[in-house]
Amino acid sequence: MSNTFAAFVSIGFHGLAFAMVLYLISVGLSVTMGMMGFVNLAHGVFAMLGGYVLTSLMSRMGVPFGLALIAAFLATALGSLILERLLYRRLYGGDELDQVLLTMGLIFMSVAAATYVWGPLQQPMHPPRWLSGQLDFGFRSFPGYRSFLILCGAGLVIGLWLGLERTRFGMKVRAAVDNLRMAQSVGINTSRLFALTFALGSGLAGLGGALGADLLAINPSYALDNLVYFLIVVAVGGLGSIRGPFIAAVLIGIADTGFKYLLPELGAFFIYALTMALLLWRPRGLFGRA
Amino acid sequence: MATEGLVRPRLKPAPRAPLAPQQAIDAFARRHRYRWWEALPWAAAIAAYVLFPSYLPLGAQILATILFALSADLVLGYAGIVTLGHAAFFGTGAYTAGILAVHGWGEPITGLLAGTATAALIGFVSGWIVLRTTGLTLLMQTLVVATLLYEAANKASWLTGGDDGLQGMEVWPIFGQFRFDMFGRTGYLYCLAVLFLCWLFARHIVYSPFGRSLTGIRENVRRMHAIGAPVRRRRLIIYTIAAGLAGTAGALIAQTTGFVGLSFLNLERSGGVLIMLIIGGVGRLYGAFIGVPLYMIAQNRFSEIEPVYWYFWIGLLMVLVVVFARGGILGLSERLRR
Amino acid sequence: MTIETRAVETPAIETPAIRTPAAANGLALETRGLCKSFGALTVADQINFRLERGARQALIGPNGAGKTTFVELVTGGLRPSAGQIVIDGADVTDLPQAVRVKRGLARTFQITALFRRLTTLENVTLAIAERDGVAGGLIRPAGRHNRVIEEAFALLETLGLADDALRPVSALAYGRQRLVEIAVALGLSPKVLLLDEPAAGVPSGESGLIIEVIERLPPDIAVLIIEHDMDLVFRLARRITVLVQGRILVEGPPDAIAADPQVRQVYLGEREHGRGGR
Repeated sequence: MSNTFAAFVSIGFHGLAFAMVLYLISVGLSVTMGMMGFVNLAHGVFAMLGGYVLTSLMSRMGVPFGLALIAAFLATALGSLILERLLYRRLYGGDELDQVLLTMGLIFMSVAAATYVWGPLQQPMHPPRWLSGQLDFGFRSFPGYRSFLILCGAGLVIGLWLGLERTRFGMKVRAAVDNLRMAQSVGINTSRLFALTFALGSGLAGLGGALGADLLAINPSYALDNLVYFLIVVAVGGLGSIRGPFIAAVLIGIADTGFKYLLPELGAFFIYALTMALLLWRPRGLFGRA
Repeated sequence: MATEGLVRPRLKPAPRAPLAPQQAIDAFARRHRYRWWEALPWAAAIAAYVLFPSYLPLGAQILATILFALSADLVLGYAGIVTLGHAAFFGTGAYTAGILAVHGWGEPITGLLAGTATAALIGFVSGWIVLRTTGLTLLMQTLVVATLLYEAANKASWLTGGDDGLQGMEVWPIFGQFRFDMFGRTGYLYCLAVLFLCWLFARHIVYSPFGRSLTGIRENVRRMHAIGAPVRRRRLIIYTIAAGLAGTAGALIAQTTGFVGLSFLNLERSGGVLIMLIIGGVGRLYGAFIGVPLYMIAQNRFSEIEPVYWYFWIGLLMVLVVVFARGGILGLSERLRR
Repeated sequence: MTIETRAVETPAIETPAIRTPAAANGLALETRGLCKSFGALTVADQINFRLERGARQALIGPNGAGKTTFVELVTGGLRPSAGQIVIDGADVTDLPQAVRVKRGLARTFQITALFRRLTTLENVTLAIAERDGVAGGLIRPAGRHNRVIEEAFALLETLGLADDALRPVSALAYGRQRLVEIAVALGLSPKVLLLDEPAAGVPSGESGLIIEVIERLPPDIAVLIIEHDMDLVFRLARRITVLVQGRILVEGPPDAIAADPQVRQVYLGEREHGRGGR
């Protein structure tokens, strides 16, 4: 009995840690898709970049973990800002096919570029010593780094939601997702808003990629391999929603961990089947607008 | 995206005499007539058979991939459905034909038909689900369908060989007469014949009222609803047909190469076929004939040197195409002629 | 001169028509207690609207009166919260847009919605093929459906568009594009034709052409014009319905409407300031 219970607690725990990573990476994607109507398939590239920045800073230059995280956020936010101004901006409101091609092209380039710079092998992720042991919570102990992931993720999520709720910037973001034309007509500078939102979303993805480097292994084909996960979170959550992807990430994170633990021979298959079933029921996702 | 249906600049500008009804009818009838340059791809394919006997296995793959791209063009270029999961049908056709051949039914024509039918069935069922949505949601759902099949093939390794791929196929001679030889002559001609028949079929669809109404759906869905067109049904029909043709293409490659692997179902395959199509030109029926050979020959050259950097250049090319050269090679040449 | 229409070749009707007494009254379109609300906002409030066969009626009202919502409800773009929509005596409330079109309801769009890259002739051909139920055909090439093409061309001739038949719609002057809008709708051989601001965005020099075409529409088609332009309304309509805040304020012949103090206050008064808006 207690064994089964322990298994469920463990699934819930690891699933939640995975969910935090999925959400941090996907929320930006949901907002870009909802606000600008842009299909950014290359979103995973930013997560990968965050992961590479963190692992190289830590293992090659001995930069402390916290600092490396901040660097991962800043580097991806900045990198995405450049891409947004240079390329993405041209295609806002344009043909979906163009957006798919552009971002697929970026993915392909990222695969080659990452191989060139970091080599074809997976980057090892070593959590700092103070997080690598087990954390004792009284009734049982949990792996320290995963516990940190959950706490840190929860902190970021709350911060993000409060920020979107309370700040002027957040108000503008919500207005633009809700009704772009209306937002423009009340004088919101959408071009700047897009750029900032894009950079913030990508920065969060970079942070998610960095934090989750031991869950989603950092290797050159990262953006390609994990694209479906990120897209599922958005599809299930509902395009343009900010909280929807969180529910979706928790569902998918826990279900994926659970299935892989309980039915390893079927692996990720169930997640996709479940996603299809859910979309059969609600084509626009849990929180999507009709 | 496409320009067929648009008046060619060759037409005399604004005729002085009023148009007669017969002229209008003629202008319509002229469209589906065969033109001389439509023979060019076939002449080139036959010439390649004579001139490059040592490249016939690659040639057969190119021909089958042209069929794959042609099927994607029906969905993307004519019905305007952007899909990231077209490999689902390609892989389904390939695995169907392959599994039959491994388990003792190596008759190629029926294997091909079985691959086509299975892929069309999967296309119908998945299309019924995903075509209820449009835009980004649809795009994501096509990808989920393909990934679902990928995982299914991955996990059902007792049937598909999983990661190692399906091996040990025995394909019988075509009509009991022509064996698949080691130089790939039979395979090449087999692919060429199938491609030709499928091309005739696709061409017929495009110029039928059904094909015209697909163009209407692509151009203005709202208006199609307003003239009472059953839009969703039409989309589902073309999605199913295209899935079937993609299955044919997959089955062709399975039978001629004797191998099916997970890569037949992955995102690179779905994305790759879009790229090849875009390089040639979308919604033109002939884009596939230009884009696929260019892409595959270049890939063949490049990957001998360093396969990873091939990805870089193809990625860069895609970005440049989007920014500078929409419409692909056919589009560019049309613009130059103007 | 009137534009000749062919007898409607009714294709197989999927749902059996429910005949109601209205058919005997000669009503082409009727709504009964039609309501639509979005949350707390009511945009259509108990609309009982009647359009007789062969009517020339206009629906007017200030901005935000719910005219567009009404059109969407009738054509099937929106589902009503309550009430019924009856076309030619048959209840179509639960039927999708495509079936309503088959029952004889055609519309034009306020902002031109055509197949811009296709030729004028093909725009109309697509509609006629759809009406005849041959648009899903896979056997015979589209270019061999001579009857459809001939009819489309004849229709363009009557609208004075024959010379533009082989030009892409996008190459036409906007006024002529508005005519193509009407041509596509006529290609469906409708019993009820909803013209949503037929002259919107057309330079005044070209609007005469559109008015003339509307005047020449076959007398058996019931025409409902949704309009802002009062000159056009008073020139074309024999009956006017005034919609205010999702409700029918008053209905009657043009003289009565023009003289109605309520209308003058609510609508015509507003017009002095609010003209030119959408």
